[in-house]
Amino acid sequence: MKINDLIKNLNADIINIADVDREIVGGYCGDFLSVVMGKAPESAGWFTIMNNQNVAAVATLTDVGVIILCDGVKPDPLLDKKVRDVDINCITTSLSVFDAVKKSGL
Amino acid sequence: MSEALHLEFEVAGNNFVSAGGASDEVKKTLKMLGVSTASIRKVAIAMYEGEINMVIHAGGGRAIVDIYRDRIVIVLQDNGPGIPDIDLALTEGYSTATDSIRDLGFGAGMGLPNMKKYTDEFKIESEVGKGTTVTMVVNFV
Ligand SMILES: Nc1ncnc2c1ncn2[C@@H]1O[C@H](COP(=O)(O)OP(=O)(O)OP(=O)(O)O)[C@@H](O)[C@H]1O
Ligand SMILES: [Mg+2]
Repeated sequence: MKINDLIKNLNADIINIADVDREIVGGYCGDFLSVVMGKAPESAGWFTIMNNQNVAAVATLTDVGVIILCDGVKPDPLLDKKVRDVDINCITTSLSVFDAVKKSGL
Repeated sequence: MSEALHLEFEVAGNNFVSAGGASDEVKKTLKMLGVSTASIRKVAIAMYEGEINMVIHAGGGRAIVDIYRDRIVIVLQDNGPGIPDIDLALTEGYSTATDSIRDLGFGAGMGLPNMKKYTDEFKIESEVGKGTTVTMVVNFV
């Protein structure tokens, strides 16, 4: 799925889009970073409520397709800066993780 | 052996701005060298977990990386408190992370298990009060 379709489905706000054409494949839900590191597939949509800068490091190293901050969570100032600096996809939605997954269409 | 690419990084303790920087550099280098994405992913995960352990548990340390044509050897050295019971530390879910560290998303006790899982060779040497050295090898596929 293209990220624009995901944004529509989740009625999401954009924090940073690095690559509009990136194909998002499947997803993973989790807040413990080492669990996500070990299990999130490449190019996945990562649904989380964790919003600090370490999220960007994990997303970069595991090459997930997009960070989806759920439940109305906004990135803290350092994450906000970092997703732009390292230029990775990050969006936010007011939906809960559960509803976001259901509506994502992933 | 002589054709190794040798890299060294200082990893600062308790600093989450720079944390992951060494792993990211190594990832970029491997990409440039044309190593497969599957191998790069294994290296990135294992090295980040080790790097972050030095940041959180050991007050920082040093990463010494040698890249050969067919494999990478990563040595993570710190002068932290050491690990009293290595078998226990390697157990999935075991963590001594504090609540404030957990609030950052660390402390699931999955770091060392991930490092073991994603590497082809994995060794921990540790002495309480002296420090810890982790050696990891990933063979490129
Ligand atoms: N370099 C180190 N120096 C001292 N203790 C360490 C070091 N690395 C790991 N440990 C100890 O081993 C435990 C388990 O490490 P592990 O990486 O598996 O989990 P964690 O770091 O607590 O949580 P997670 O990695 O899931 O965020 C740690 O909680 C800590 O007590
Ligand atoms: Mg750890």
